[in-house]
Amino acid sequence: MSLSAVKINSSTITERLIKVAKNTLNKVTDMMLLPIVGITIFLFVWSITAQSIHTSLGEFPGPNAVVKQFSSLYDEHVIEREKAEAFYNRQEKRNAAKLAKNPDYVTKIRAYTGKETFLEQIITSLMTVTAGFIFAVIIAVPLGIWMGLSKRINSAFNPIVQIFKPVSPLAWLPLVTMVVSALYVSDDPMVSKSFITSMITVSLCSLWPMVINTSIGVSTINNDLLNVSKVLRLPTLRHIQKIVLPASIPMIFTGMRLSFGVAWMVLIAAEMLAQNPGLGKFVWDEFQNGSSSSLARIMAAVIVIGFIGFLLDRVMLQIQQKVSWDKSS
Amino acid sequence: MNTSNTASTAKVAESPEQTFLNISQVDMVFPTATGGFTALKEVDLQIKKGEFISLIGHSGCGKSTVLNIVAGLHIATTGGVLLKNKEVNEPGPERAVVFQNHSLLPWLTSYQNVELAVKQVFNKTMSKAEMKDWIEYNLKLVHMDHAMDKRPDEISGGMKQRVGIARALAMQPEVLLMDEPFGALDALTRAHMQDSLMEIQHELNNTVIMITHDVDEAVLLSDRIVMMTNGPEATIGEILDVNLERPRSRLALAKNVEYNRLRSEVLTFLYEKQRKVENISENKLVTKRAAKQQINS
Repeated sequence: MSLSAVKINSSTITERLIKVAKNTLNKVTDMMLLPIVGITIFLFVWSITAQSIHTSLGEFPGPNAVVKQFSSLYDEHVIEREKAEAFYNRQEKRNAAKLAKNPDYVTKIRAYTGKETFLEQIITSLMTVTAGFIFAVIIAVPLGIWMGLSKRINSAFNPIVQIFKPVSPLAWLPLVTMVVSALYVSDDPMVSKSFITSMITVSLCSLWPMVINTSIGVSTINNDLLNVSKVLRLPTLRHIQKIVLPASIPMIFTGMRLSFGVAWMVLIAAEMLAQNPGLGKFVWDEFQNGSSSSLARIMAAVIVIGFIGFLLDRVMLQIQQKVSWDKSS
Repeated sequence: MNTSNTASTAKVAESPEQTFLNISQVDMVFPTATGGFTALKEVDLQIKKGEFISLIGHSGCGKSTVLNIVAGLHIATTGGVLLKNKEVNEPGPERAVVFQNHSLLPWLTSYQNVELAVKQVFNKTMSKAEMKDWIEYNLKLVHMDHAMDKRPDEISGGMKQRVGIARALAMQPEVLLMDEPFGALDALTRAHMQDSLMEIQHELNNTVIMITHDVDEAVLLSDRIVMMTNGPEATIGEILDVNLERPRSRLALAKNVEYNRLRSEVLTFLYEKQRKVENISENKLVTKRAAKQQINS
């Protein structure tokens, strides 16, 4: 009697274990195995087709060539760093020697002017896109709130938003370049003109999704919450701070994520034309360079651009979940 | 006579020292695409301080519109509302509203929801410590002191409504307006909330206007039950005085003759005299849509 009970028990336990194992196996398959299979197929197709495309710069780079370029890009970075360090060392020694000869000598420190490496260009790009995006947020969120609060303001501005939204960055860029050249004049500029031009172009293109989402978020706030604010007679600023902003945060962040995606895409094009020393310029320079490894290096940049775009979106999602009260969005 | 019509209530208006809140000859016309929709016609009601009034009537009869006019969220087309002889023309914390679906701010905890109101109303008259005590006192009053730091999505429907009531009470309103406060709750929770409300009312003796669909709730809680006719052009049909002794207990009242008489009076009014014949939902939609447009504009 008890023996059979034990038997049943142990059999149910093994059954359960099998179930758990199956579940985890399914999860692992979904999370890891299938993406790996997908990527493998992609790499396979890529390398097959690459072999059969012949360009004036040689064979189209397959995965192998691109991986090789990744390591050489890194090596170049290391070498360039060493050169820079050597340059500064020499400068320091020279200055010390001059000071020893003549104690009144005012030392001059010059910056190293070697070419930017791939890693430095990534950092430039990240800084440019962040600056442009923040500039866009500063304009778009207040404008969106204003439009959301008043139907009249919305009617007034909505046509402008709708017309400028689909404009390509390439159309803006010449205008921005000329305006920046005319207005941003200084003997000792803090940042380069190309940086400003790229940044503003990024802002101009990433503004609109944020404006639209913010204004929709604000105009669709639950009427009951607005009534609460009315009964409390909250002054306008407090009303915005305590009710409007938190209530529309989920929508605002959705707009921000869309905008950041747009900003990153626009940036590459802007950097190409504005010659801002970021990833866009890297791609352009490699294209102009036209060496046998150029295409592989561009392909490496494409992959990096994709990865960074993906990571930026994840970061925005994390921030959204931290800030927003609505955990479902 | 326990029932009286609008003509006899006009007598009360002649002695203004007794009238705390005066809803005077209110008409409400909502603009619609096909012309004006008259939701209310000559609604006239005088309320004494400390009175508990229930508004009862079928859906779409304009009960919410009356409440919104008293709250100041709607402005009457003609006529008006006087609170302590001062005209009501905008919303304000002295006429606190408990909304039907709690309308707590979902990103704030119970404590913070009440705090928002307290900070706004007693900003100049209370110190920080006094505010804290006052917020906690009000949450304790509705038995929500154990969940002060919980957000609305972490507590049940009944608890949310309690916090909503605490928020309204914390404004120390002259009039407490409740729009079907327990309508969305299950029967057991509702009974519990009614008992709580009676307890609080016993302690604070607020002036309350409550909208309800529930005949038992109206008789149990009110001093007077205001029964409204069907819209359009809804108005006050009958007013029923409830002279049951307080404190009231639902169990004891179940067998009380007077209680059952009052109950059947309300039922007779609702289901014989004002039986709905036309399509209810269509009518309600028109009013609600028109009301929404008003608030938004």
